[in-house]
Amino acid sequence: MRAAALSPGLADPVADAQGCFRAVLDAMSRPGSVRRVPADVRPPAPLVPAAAAVLLTLADAATPVWTDAGPDAAAWLAFHAGCPLATSPEDAAFVLACGSPPSLGVLVQGTDEEPHRSATLIAQVAALEAGSGGWRLRGPGIEAEHRLRVSGLPSDFTARWGANRAAFPRGVDLVLCAGREVAALPRTTAIEEG
Amino acid sequence: MSAAPQDAAGGGTLAGYNFAYLDEDTKRMIRRALLKAVAIPGHQVPFGSREMPLPYGWGTGGIQVTASVIGPDDTLKVIDQGADDTTNAVSIRRFFGRVAGVATTERTAEATVIQTRHRIPETPLREGQILVYQVPMPEPLFRLEPRVAETRRLHALGDYGLMHVKLYEDIARRGEVTISYNYPVMVNGRYLMSPSPIPAFDNPKMDRMPALQLFGAGREKRIYAVPPYTAVRSLDFEDHPFRPNRADAACALCGSRDSYLDEVVTDDRGGRRFLCSDTDYCERRRAEQ
Repeated sequence: MRAAALSPGLADPVADAQGCFRAVLDAMSRPGSVRRVPADVRPPAPLVPAAAAVLLTLADAATPVWTDAGPDAAAWLAFHAGCPLATSPEDAAFVLACGSPPSLGVLVQGTDEEPHRSATLIAQVAALEAGSGGWRLRGPGIEAEHRLRVSGLPSDFTARWGANRAAFPRGVDLVLCAGREVAALPRTTAIEEG
Repeated sequence: MSAAPQDAAGGGTLAGYNFAYLDEDTKRMIRRALLKAVAIPGHQVPFGSREMPLPYGWGTGGIQVTASVIGPDDTLKVIDQGADDTTNAVSIRRFFGRVAGVATTERTAEATVIQTRHRIPETPLREGQILVYQVPMPEPLFRLEPRVAETRRLHALGDYGLMHVKLYEDIARRGEVTISYNYPVMVNGRYLMSPSPIPAFDNPKMDRMPALQLFGAGREKRIYAVPPYTAVRSLDFEDHPFRPNRADAACALCGSRDSYLDEVVTDDRGGRRFLCSDTDYCERRRAEQ
């Protein structure tokens, strides 16, 4: 194991995981709102604290994780979360993308009878800004419209998301992470370019 | 129906248990199920329900959901049929006082997490609150189709003809839909969902509620959810619109004509009174008078 894998995980695993979960639950039930992850975690590069905390909160031996973050980050995740590392994104329950995210269509979609058995994509982006500008979001969890500006996703992402949403109830759910901030889009959310 | 300080944890939190009783592996599994449930409103997500220190049917599903969600900064309210002072509500509130050390309250407005058996509080819920329902039977079709594999297929196909036929037969035989509680709802226009045995009177409160609604069925091992501001429509027909029932009376204590009433038999000569089922609502109204 490399030295980077020995950098600490969650300082207080019980309280930090609870706080991170509430941030993600809140983000997922109010798509487009940006929440701050309360845990103080310093993962190896290129992982950002929010993505690392979300995975340490949700991933374990039952959930294969695929990541493009390189061997240091993968070893750190496997050590602290105890999760198996998938060799390809098609086999993973959590897909952590630090670079350009893999096509949503190749990830586990679930079935019509068991749509909950789908992958969750955790995408690291450059910045998240809620409130004004950027995407117009509609769907469950949103009273009228939420605005979310996301910097650092491929330009054709909204088209890919439209195809993901059209497959409902099957489909991938998205967690966006930038620094210590997290936002989420469940498969029900409609994105319109602002 | 007093507001006696019965929430005292009786010696502080219990030693030897993890925060909120459940182990972290279980919480993680339930948390993953909750996130998928929120992403697919009204869809029942299976989970590995654990044995809890009380029997199935006493709210084990709701307790496991609450234990996975609650944190030290939360304020918990527990109601049973609207009341804060009944056995089930007192026991569960005391349980979380002891295993999580959280603050508890009887006031709807002050709570961040509300666990409920069979009612939605009269006080409108707000954004940021979480309502956790205890669910005995999550499958709305179970009296019409006993095969679980078949109900899963019907949900996948969105084929809810069975339930429409049931409502039609009620109307044909009795002139109205005869379901007074656990009245089936369509969530976000896609999934038929059991609202748990709340009175049909409460169904309209679920529609576009600002709070997050989570449902836990311990014995049946299912979790489902309704995100905030999500359309929840009680099934009906154009010529027989949904009509929630309420006893045509005023509360004997606070005089409310808007709240849901319990009928209380007062003697063996046919005497009866109607009282608000929501004790917090009733007490606040009396305090204001």
